[in-house]
Amino acid sequence: MRMILMLCLLVLAGPLQAVIDAYSFDSEAQRERYQTMIDELRCPKCQNQNLAGSNAPIAQDLRRQLHRLIEEGQSDAEIREFMVDRYGNFILYRPPVDKNTVVLWLLPLLLLAAGLLVAVRLRRGRGQAGQAGVLTAAEKIRIEELLERYRRS
Amino acid sequence: MSRLKLLLPLLLFVVLALVFWQVLKREGYDPQYLPSALIDRPVPAFELQALADAGTLLSNADLPSQPFLLNVWATWCISCRVEHPYLNKLARAGVPVVGLNYKDDRDKAVKWLDDLGNPYRFNLFDMDGRLGLDLGVYGAPETYLVDGDGVVRLKHVGVVNDEVWRDKLAPAYQRLQESSQ
Repeated sequence: MRMILMLCLLVLAGPLQAVIDAYSFDSEAQRERYQTMIDELRCPKCQNQNLAGSNAPIAQDLRRQLHRLIEEGQSDAEIREFMVDRYGNFILYRPPVDKNTVVLWLLPLLLLAAGLLVAVRLRRGRGQAGQAGVLTAAEKIRIEELLERYRRS
Repeated sequence: MSRLKLLLPLLLFVVLALVFWQVLKREGYDPQYLPSALIDRPVPAFELQALADAGTLLSNADLPSQPFLLNVWATWCISCRVEHPYLNKLARAGVPVVGLNYKDDRDKAVKWLDDLGNPYRFNLFDMDGRLGLDLGVYGAPETYLVDGDGVVRLKHVGVVNDEVWRDKLAPAYQRLQESSQ
């Protein structure tokens, strides 16, 4: 039992693997906001890492800046604006919907709709196949004929 | 008909592969490209020590009143060393270059300029990277083309060499010069 528990902890430890900066906050709420922000902001230097996962100097600087902004009492929206002013929408892992990102936002919905359509069609197709298993009178006669011929031979 | 359906995934794959291939071979495609949010906006307000003299404070008012290059560099940046001779050449040709010494050690930076030549009108000493952050610097070297009114017009990330100058910076620089006269 203890072994299983240990293994579970080990497996769960993966996502927690992140850089540790010793920043102190006035409140637990601020710390949570900081944590959410570094998860959602993207490191400008490293293509596919967020600020939480990167140890690049620029990511360190941005975390420090983020800490400063939170301490100054800026709202999440203000902080996002601060970052976008400097690094563009690139820095947001949750970009706003505009003409460049509309495909990004709508494609999953479209794919879901397409998938549902296919699923519905498949079901309907299967239903029809079941009906096709019922023989018509002409087919029954034909089968009897064939069986008769087989028995005779 | 059902045979054709079997081929559908393959067909889908071919179409997607073609689309991705087209994107990849597009001229100038660079996944690292990060459009600057600062284009056509003024250089962020700053007040920084001069690299050469800790007692001198420099601000936006000290920037040249003609088009110039703002070059972000540091002694820890290897590509900056590659770039340096070309900056010397540009400065000799009369292009004003202002340096932003980014998160660096003052003594090392001064020695660098003594050893390799100094193409800069003056250097801002941005030790904690504050102005760098405001500029959206994410790697040195970076070079900004700023017009006479202190508005950023162009940004180049990476080494400035003959090709970059000729194809990217020089045309814009000349246009700015003509319009400012």
